[in-house]
Amino acid sequence: MIEVKNLTKSYGNFVAVKGISFKAERGQILGFLGPNGAGKTTTMRIITGFMPATSGTVEIDGLDIFTNSLEARRRIGYLPETPPLYSDMRVESYLRFVAKLRGVKRSAVDGAVDHVVKVCGLTEMANRICGQLSKGYRQRVGVAQALIHDPPVLVLDEPTIGLDPRQIHEIRELIRGLSGERTIVLSTHILPEVSQICDKVVIINDGRVVLEENIAEIPVGTSLEEVFLHAIAREGHVEGASAEETLEEVSAGHSE
Amino acid sequence: MRNTFTIAGKELQGYFVQPVAYVVLTVFLLLGGWFFFAMLRQFDEMVQLIQMMGQADQLKQMNLNTRVIDPLLHDLSIVLVIVMPALTMRVFAEEKRTGTYELLLTAPIRTGEIVAGKFLASACFTLIMIAMAWIFPLILMIFGDPEVGVMAAGYLGLALLALSFVAVGLFTSSLTQNQIVAAISSFGMLILLYVISWPAEAGGGIVSSVLSYLSLPEHFSTMTRGVIDTRDIVFFLSVIVLALFLTQRSVESARWR
Repeated sequence: MIEVKNLTKSYGNFVAVKGISFKAERGQILGFLGPNGAGKTTTMRIITGFMPATSGTVEIDGLDIFTNSLEARRRIGYLPETPPLYSDMRVESYLRFVAKLRGVKRSAVDGAVDHVVKVCGLTEMANRICGQLSKGYRQRVGVAQALIHDPPVLVLDEPTIGLDPRQIHEIRELIRGLSGERTIVLSTHILPEVSQICDKVVIINDGRVVLEENIAEIPVGTSLEEVFLHAIAREGHVEGASAEETLEEVSAGHSE
Repeated sequence: MRNTFTIAGKELQGYFVQPVAYVVLTVFLLLGGWFFFAMLRQFDEMVQLIQMMGQADQLKQMNLNTRVIDPLLHDLSIVLVIVMPALTMRVFAEEKRTGTYELLLTAPIRTGEIVAGKFLASACFTLIMIAMAWIFPLILMIFGDPEVGVMAAGYLGLALLALSFVAVGLFTSSLTQNQIVAAISSFGMLILLYVISWPAEAGGGIVSSVLSYLSLPEHFSTMTRGVIDTRDIVFFLSVIVLALFLTQRSVESARWR
């Protein structure tokens, strides 16, 4: 599970993330929504240990990502905004490389690669050079490398961006099939994605959390789009209570 | 440790599928061959001249090593100054540009393992390059009777020199995403280490001795003359260790900013 407490990140004078807090329980799929520039990618990079927070903590399974970095990183599978592929490697060699880096035991590497190739539909492309893959397949290889060490936590930054409708559907099915015991955080600005796959939604705007709510709690009949637009319209406020208010406002707007 | 080898293996394989590596190898060996040919020809002409003039004792002073291999090694070292930055410029800069840096830094591996792995791969490739240049002494050995030990010492010096260039190149690559900036900075640093002792000749005292000590060609020359002095070996190893340490710090700093 992931616990983010009061995360702040500033680049010099510019504060990208202002005191974000949220929690994803074990087995939950959390959708991280927000307009462009809201701070989604920055937050994900801090969660995965790529960059440090200016203040605040992130705990992965109880381990602090900053002080217990190595152990915490072992538990995470990460797909950054741009899939981190080496364009001169073949898909299979690349996955093998990532498997070893991520601590998969030597004897288990082959099995892990085979499994992940199957799950992500990469069997035909396994011998292709990464640089020659289309966007859809690159994304799939990206998901594959995030999964290869069977991590309990998955962080996916915009996993369906730039894909065609059929590929989007496939990736979503893939992600849905992955949950079970895993905790998944995915960021997106495609609303239907969140309502279809996620158990919980966190909406951020301008570096602050403006809504943190379980999908189930959103009243039937209100579209996530309305909730979203209302949430980002308010002057940056925080979780819990405001979720109720936002939902009430939306329902009120409905009955008018 | 295992991670170091994983990274080194991947990097080394990567060298062999890139055009840059082959271009560097070709340029190095081609220029080496040209210098070798030129030196040997000059040597040959001088020997004939001396024989014609009948000065046999002068003949004894014509040493294959000092007249052919020593200058060849010095010329090769200049080629290396130009060519090594091209080889090392992409090592870190490319990763930053393509986004694979994120993969390395979010994987459960230590920064030191990343730096060590990359250095190991670059070092292996460089040593292969130097080993291929052994063909020149080999030719001399087939057709003549040169002092193998002296030549071997010179090549050891060249290898150590090349490895220090690699380490400096890795350092500058870790500072930027722009490969050109990395290459030019590396080139600049190497030139500086080459000429750092020039002002030393003028003044005197401590500054002068420090500057002379820091001069790369100084230590290299001792080895090309056939003398393996531990002081020179220590010097090169220190340069390598310092550059790698700075590289590790530079990569690690991403975690702290």
